[in-house]
Amino acid sequence: MATQAADFQTLSRRYTADKPFRAFIQKALGGYYKKRDENKANFQDWQGARDLAAETKYEAVNHLDKYLLEFEQKITARGAKVFWAPNAEAAREYILKIAKENGVRSIIKSKTMTSEEIHLNEALEKEGFGVFESDLGEYIVQLRKEAPFHLVFPAMHLTRRQISDLFQKELGSKATDEPEELTMIARDVMRRKYCEADMGISGTNFAVAETGMISITENEGNARLTTSLPRIHVALLGIEKVLPRLEDLSLFLPMLATAGAGQTMTCYNTMYSGPRQPGEPDGPEQMHIVLLDNRRTELLADAEQRDALGCIRCGACLNVCPIFKNVGGYSYGTTYGGPIGSVITPHLRGLKDWKHLSAASSLCGACTEACPVKIDLHHHLLQNRRNGAKASPAVGEKVAFGGFSLMMGHPALYRLAVVFGRIFQPLQGLVNGTILDPLRAWTGSRNFPKLAPKSFHEQWKKERGGRK
Amino acid sequence: MRISLFVPCFVDQLYPNVAWSVVRVLEGLGHEVLFPEGQSCCGQPPFNSGYWDEARSAARVTMKAFRDAEVVVGPSGSCVTMIKVFYPDLFKGEPDELEARELAAKTHEFSSFLVNVLGITDVGAKFDGKVTFHDGCHGLRELGIKSEPRALLANVKGLELVEMSEAETCCGFGGTFAVKYAPISTAMDEVKCASILQTGAGTVVSNDSSCLMQIRGMLEKEKSAVKSLHLAEILASR
Repeated sequence: MATQAADFQTLSRRYTADKPFRAFIQKALGGYYKKRDENKANFQDWQGARDLAAETKYEAVNHLDKYLLEFEQKITARGAKVFWAPNAEAAREYILKIAKENGVRSIIKSKTMTSEEIHLNEALEKEGFGVFESDLGEYIVQLRKEAPFHLVFPAMHLTRRQISDLFQKELGSKATDEPEELTMIARDVMRRKYCEADMGISGTNFAVAETGMISITENEGNARLTTSLPRIHVALLGIEKVLPRLEDLSLFLPMLATAGAGQTMTCYNTMYSGPRQPGEPDGPEQMHIVLLDNRRTELLADAEQRDALGCIRCGACLNVCPIFKNVGGYSYGTTYGGPIGSVITPHLRGLKDWKHLSAASSLCGACTEACPVKIDLHHHLLQNRRNGAKASPAVGEKVAFGGFSLMMGHPALYRLAVVFGRIFQPLQGLVNGTILDPLRAWTGSRNFPKLAPKSFHEQWKKERGGRK
Repeated sequence: MRISLFVPCFVDQLYPNVAWSVVRVLEGLGHEVLFPEGQSCCGQPPFNSGYWDEARSAARVTMKAFRDAEVVVGPSGSCVTMIKVFYPDLFKGEPDELEARELAAKTHEFSSFLVNVLGITDVGAKFDGKVTFHDGCHGLRELGIKSEPRALLANVKGLELVEMSEAETCCGFGGTFAVKYAPISTAMDEVKCASILQTGAGTVVSNDSSCLMQIRGMLEKEKSAVKSLHLAEILASR
C-alpha cells in the first residue's frame, strides 16, 4: 500500500474515533448551512445561476488559450509583469528571484491556497525571508505550524480557548474567550507587519480577461493592505481562474460568497489592474502575476473530468461531505481536501499515490448537489476508481471481482456459493465481532444480517414454479 | 400491466420478504408480476470499485434476463440507479450499448413506479406507529426520488411520519466502502442512527435495503428498540 493511502487510513481512524471533535465540526458547520440557505433564497433562481456559472466556466476552461492571452495583454499594458509557471518549482523560483533582486526583507501574505500547493512559505523561509500570513485563520495555523484545515476556514478545527492559549504562548497576550479581543490581539501584531513588509503576496479569486484585472474577495481587509502597502505585489493564480467578461463577476462574486461562507457578498471586493500608474499617489511599484499550470493542463486534456477546472474553491463540497465532516481536513494529506481534492489530487500529484481518496467515499453525491459550478464530483470519483483499477489493479480485488462476475454470470455457481454461505454463517457466529472474525471490518460496529433459510428465488420457484 | 420484478442479489438472499412485499402490493393493484429467474446481480460492486470489465459481465446477465420485459421494477434506489444511470456509461461504445439504454429506460424504482408511472399514492396499507424516513443517496440524488415515498406513506392508515434532521445525509454504507473504510462508514452510521433516535420514531423506513442493512446493523448492535422496514413492507401491511 502506498504511504499516502496508509496515512489516510491511520489519520481517518484517529479522527473518526474522536467524537467530541466530530461534534465540534458538525456544530461549526451548522451556522454555515443556515446562512447559506438564506442567501441561496436571495437568488431569483439558484439552480439557474448554477447552470449559468457552469456554462461560463465551460466557455472559459475550453478557451484558456484565448482568455489567458487576452488577460495577459491587457494587464501587461498597464505595467504588470506576467510569468507563466509550468510547475511549482518555476513559480517558487520566480518569486524568490523577485524578492532577491529587489532586496526584500519581509513578506506579508493574504490567503492563497495556491501558495500552499506550491509550498511557497517553506521555500521563502529557507532563503531567509520572514513570511507573515495576514488572514486571521491562516495566521493562527501558521503560528501552530499547521496547514490550513479547510480551503476557506483554515482554523475551523480550533476552539477559542485553543486560540487564546496559542496567542498567550506565542504573543504573550492575556487569556480571553472573546472573538473580538482575539482579533484585536492578532490585528495589533499584523498592523506593524504591514508597515515593515516590502513584498505582498496574494491569491486571486478571479482573473477577468476582458479588462485585464484580478478580483480578490475577502472579509478582513487584509488582502487590500497586503496588495497595496508593500512596494511589490505578487498575485498567484492557477490558470483556471480566468473568466471571460467583467460582468461575469456579478454572478460569481455573490455565488462564491453564498456557497463559500453563507454570505450575500463578502465585506471587501477589490479589482486590481496593475501597479501604481503615473500620477497616482499610492499602490505598489511593481505588480507580478504568476500564472500556475502545475499539471492543470493534464486535467484539461481529460475531457471526462475537465469540468473540475471550473472549481472556484468555495469549499461548499467539503461543508456537505459526510466523509470530510467525520475525518476532518488533516486526514487527506493534500492541499485541497474534501471531494474536490479527492477528484483533482490524482491529476495534480499522481493517480497511483492518491487514488485511495476516490475510494474513500460512499458516493453519496452531496458534493455534486452543493457545487455552485456543477462539477460532476462524485462521478469523477468513480472514473478515478476505474482509471486506478486499470492502471494498477489491486491483485486481491481483481481476483475477487473476477470470481464475482464468473459467479453472477452463472446462476448455478451463485446458488452453490449461497449454500456455502449458509454453512459458513453459523461458524462465523461463533467468532462474531472478535479478532478471529473474517467479517470484523463490518461486525466490529454493526451486526451482520443472516442469510434467509430460503432465498426469494427458491421461494418463488416453490410457490409459483413454472411461471416466468 | 405485466411487471417484471428485479430483485437485487442481497435482497434475494437476506430480505426475501421485501421482494414478496413488492409482489403483494403490485398484485393487490391488479397487475401481473413476473420474476425472470435468470437474474443475479446488477454488477454494482465491481463497477463501484473500478472493475468495469467484470461489472459488464454481471450486467449482461441482468440485461439478458430482462430482454423481453415490458417494464422492470426493483425495490432499491441503488440497484435501479446502477441500471438506469450507470449502464449507459458502462456500455458506452460497446456493441450492446443500445440494449443497456433500452433496459435503463424501462426500469423503475418501486416508489417512483407507483407514483410516477401508475399514478397511485394510496395502496390501502395500514400500519400503526410513528416512523421516520431515510433517503437513500442513489434514489435521492441520482433518480431524484424524494416526494414519492412520502406521498405513499402519507396515505398509510395509522402511520405518522416524523422527519429526521439528517434524512438526506448518507448512512455510510457505500458498498465495499463500508468495509474498506470501516471507521469512516461507522462514524457516518453513528450520525445517522443518532438522528433517527432523536425523532422518537419506533421504525425507520427506507426504499433501499442496503442502507437499512447498515442502519439496522448498528441499531441491533446497540440493542436499540427501533425497528427498520423497507417501504414495500410498510405498503404491504394490512
